[in-house]
Amino acid sequence: MQTLGDPPTPNTLWFSSEPRLISCGSVVGPKEGAGPLGDHFDHVCSDERLGERSWEQAERRLLMAAIDHCLVRAKLKPEDVQVLLAGDLMDQIVTSGYAARHHNAPFFGLYGACSTFSEALLLGSVLVDGGYRKTALCATASHHNAAERQFRAPTEFGAQRPPLSQWTVTGAGACLLGAEPVVKDEPCIVVESGTIGRVVDYDVADPYDLGSAMAPAAADTVLAHLRDVQRSPEYYDLILTGDLGRVGRDLALELAGGQGVQVDGERWQDGGVLIYDRSQNVRAGGSGCACSACVFCGYVWRLMRSRNLRRVLVVATGALLSPLISKQGESIPAVAHAVSFKLV
Amino acid sequence: MPYLTAFITGGLLCVAAQLVVNLTQLTPAHTMVLFVSAGAVISGLGWYDVLIEFGGAGATVPLTGFGHALVNGILDGLNQKGLMGLFTGGITGAAMGITVAVIAGYAAAVLFDPKG
Repeated sequence: MQTLGDPPTPNTLWFSSEPRLISCGSVVGPKEGAGPLGDHFDHVCSDERLGERSWEQAERRLLMAAIDHCLVRAKLKPEDVQVLLAGDLMDQIVTSGYAARHHNAPFFGLYGACSTFSEALLLGSVLVDGGYRKTALCATASHHNAAERQFRAPTEFGAQRPPLSQWTVTGAGACLLGAEPVVKDEPCIVVESGTIGRVVDYDVADPYDLGSAMAPAAADTVLAHLRDVQRSPEYYDLILTGDLGRVGRDLALELAGGQGVQVDGERWQDGGVLIYDRSQNVRAGGSGCACSACVFCGYVWRLMRSRNLRRVLVVATGALLSPLISKQGESIPAVAHAVSFKLV
Repeated sequence: MPYLTAFITGGLLCVAAQLVVNLTQLTPAHTMVLFVSAGAVISGLGWYDVLIEFGGAGATVPLTGFGHALVNGILDGLNQKGLMGLFTGGITGAAMGITVAVIAGYAAAVLFDPKG
């Protein structure tokens, strides 16, 4: 097992031109809308199916809607997007590929399981900071019922959900990064750095306990980031992991503490814990590509805009399993990427 | 009284299955196969009839009852048709369970619009 937070090379990228986070868009399903963050999303769908024929098509519509909200807010047209980076949880990332048919932007389909959101942000920042693209649209989506069919069993099968399991978020989030200069007197959010995570496997093999599988990867990336940028956790107003859930977040805090980095629970929040209320019968919390994306694009982004948060580290976490490989009894490797936002 | 004993018998079998699901890493499919096999073994040892005597439908309806029906059918087939019965008896004995599952599954698919 790897020593957490101690990768042999510094894996943090500094974005000297500080790509701006121009706009965000978020769309969620009814269950997420009824949760504690319900008021923060751009749109709450009343119907899980969104009037489509299948859950997969509904997921695609969520992704397209989040992108639309993001672009409308930025007063931009689809043709202003110079690169689209998107990912989801379906086989062959079909949600993103099919949604991208409707945009003429050059497209990178990404898969990092639930870490895809920060993977997209990181790569988008690289493209903008390097001067290769003026704008980069980063988006992810997931749908509870589609993910159940993909990874476990169709919801109609009525399989029991074990106590440590998590509930895949139905929703989508989109962020537009751009090379625009900072405007004075406006709350401008920029990406200042990012840490590429490495794959960590602590030998958790239970596909119903992904929080525990991902916690070491989250701790590893947070610790590596803090080491590389030589900061204490107190520098950040918020460290937001993607979807560790209640079990995983506590484990990650404990693992970081074991390496001598104490982070208080208020500062280290988790999207999977924030998005649902305990009474919503979601066991250990939320999960999925859209979990970190919706919580960031809906809730955290608004808190930053209103100057309630100034420095935020987003660490989306992904369990890199497939249903096939976990049936063969293998353990679950995980990855987490960190993106550091600051208000200027 | 038969209702109570059926409830207790069936309920305890389900508690056992729930414990397997919660305490082990076995999948639902593994658990089902385990219970059918366990029913067959217990039936082969001649103890399942005692359970049915006490619990009635509480013992025949759960999956262990299906295992018992298979073994019972095989033994009947063996007595009536000899070696051939060994191969035909199982399905004959379990015909009730299989047919109900097929008809109920078909009816549900026709009457409702599967969305999962």
